[in-house]
Amino acid sequence: MKTMHYLKQVATLKLDPDLCTGCGMCTKACPHAVFEIKQGKARITDLDDCMECGACSNNCRTGAITVKTGTGCAVAIINGFLRGTEPSCDCGGESQKNCC
Amino acid sequence: MTTNFNSQALKPLSLNVTSVSSRLTWADRIGALKMRIGVGRNNYRVKPGLYKVGNPDSQSDVLVSANYKLSFDVLRSNLDSLNVWILVVDTKGVNVWCSAAKGNFSTDSVVKSLKETSLEHRVQHRRIILPQLSASGVAAHKVKEQTGFNALFGPVEARDIKPYIEAGYKATPAMRKVTFPMKERAKLIPVDFLYEKYKLLILIGLFFFLSGLDRTGFLFGKMMDSHLFPLITILGGYIAGIVITPLFLPWIPFRAFALKGAFWGLSITLVINRLFKVPILDGVSMGLIGISIASFMAMNFTGSSTYTSLSGVRKEMKWAVPFQIAFIVVGTILFILSKLA
Ligand code: SF4
Ligand code: SF4
Repeated sequence: MKTMHYLKQVATLKLDPDLCTGCGMCTKACPHAVFEIKQGKARITDLDDCMECGACSNNCRTGAITVKTGTGCAVAIINGFLRGTEPSCDCGGESQKNCC
Repeated sequence: MTTNFNSQALKPLSLNVTSVSSRLTWADRIGALKMRIGVGRNNYRVKPGLYKVGNPDSQSDVLVSANYKLSFDVLRSNLDSLNVWILVVDTKGVNVWCSAAKGNFSTDSVVKSLKETSLEHRVQHRRIILPQLSASGVAAHKVKEQTGFNALFGPVEARDIKPYIEAGYKATPAMRKVTFPMKERAKLIPVDFLYEKYKLLILIGLFFFLSGLDRTGFLFGKMMDSHLFPLITILGGYIAGIVITPLFLPWIPFRAFALKGAFWGLSITLVINRLFKVPILDGVSMGLIGISIASFMAMNFTGSSTYTSLSGVRKEMKWAVPFQIAFIVVGTILFILSKLA
């Protein structure tokens, strides 16, 4: 199957190589294979693949990864806008939307 | 294992662990189908606790699951002949990925269920296998610090668990990747289709009424004669946005969902215009509305997709929503003008 790519150069993912120990956890946590380990350090292969789920930063014990996490869901953004809060969805709750 | 599975009867006890089958019953399948078409209750829960599949012993693997019944069923139906423990974490009845994002499938909830089930007395090893998609909520190193259990991230898909275990707890790069094939996209359509049904009905009602407008006032006969074109365009735009766009997601050149939707909305309104051979003003007015609806509905599909980021959706909405609103407003005004002309 073709890989799907979202908008270019918008993801907030950042990697600080100085803090990285090359443990490889980020490569196990990321569902979009954004990281690879090259010469004992993690490296971002393609920033545009990142969906800002935060799995990598959550599992990086040295804090080498930062990303502003959230769910890329228009309905949640609209809900948040209407209620004056952060994006918030009701998925999996009362509403029947498939997102989260 | 021949134990018949029945969700009501599932009551895990901390001492007496409930057995579940790795085979799904018809009731499970019908329940799953109802969820897919949006008629079932959305929180379809399994009681949190420890379950066994087959005859696990103190050396057997422990698989961690969300307490959303579909997640649990997909997991157990992929275990065939394995003898394993399933630790069901209380994720408020929400699936793995969403509950991890919302903080219900978290380090704390995993630690809590490890303690509540006294897993350390039941197994001798210190290893649990988490679904990979729980990683945005669960920090493996913190689980280890707090419980002594090594939290491993298994594959994304339950069907890869057997090969993962057989390979010595190693996932291939493909097993670590979320995919979004047409079949998966198709499954999401029924629920998403119904999500904006009220907005759809309001628009349909409004344009049904507007069809009867005339220079002389309101003509019931005119409404009955001419409502079909606007209503079909509205429905066509809706379908373009929430059925056609998701199905053909990768095969449209644009990356922004709002543009993908607008592309299909334009295509479908052109076809409808052709079929009805309407005057140009009617065609343009309803075309704008069809495109706007398709674009909006496609944009709503970002939440169901598996690869859109919050920053990206925010960015596209910044320009797309003003366009969608402008198209609807201008389209409606032109439509009314075409009636009064
Ligand atoms: S998890 Fe952190 S420390 Fe480990 S390889 Fe990735 S960036 Fe480096
Ligand atoms: S935020 Fe998610 S998608 Fe982005 S690099 Fe980290 S794990 Fe991968």
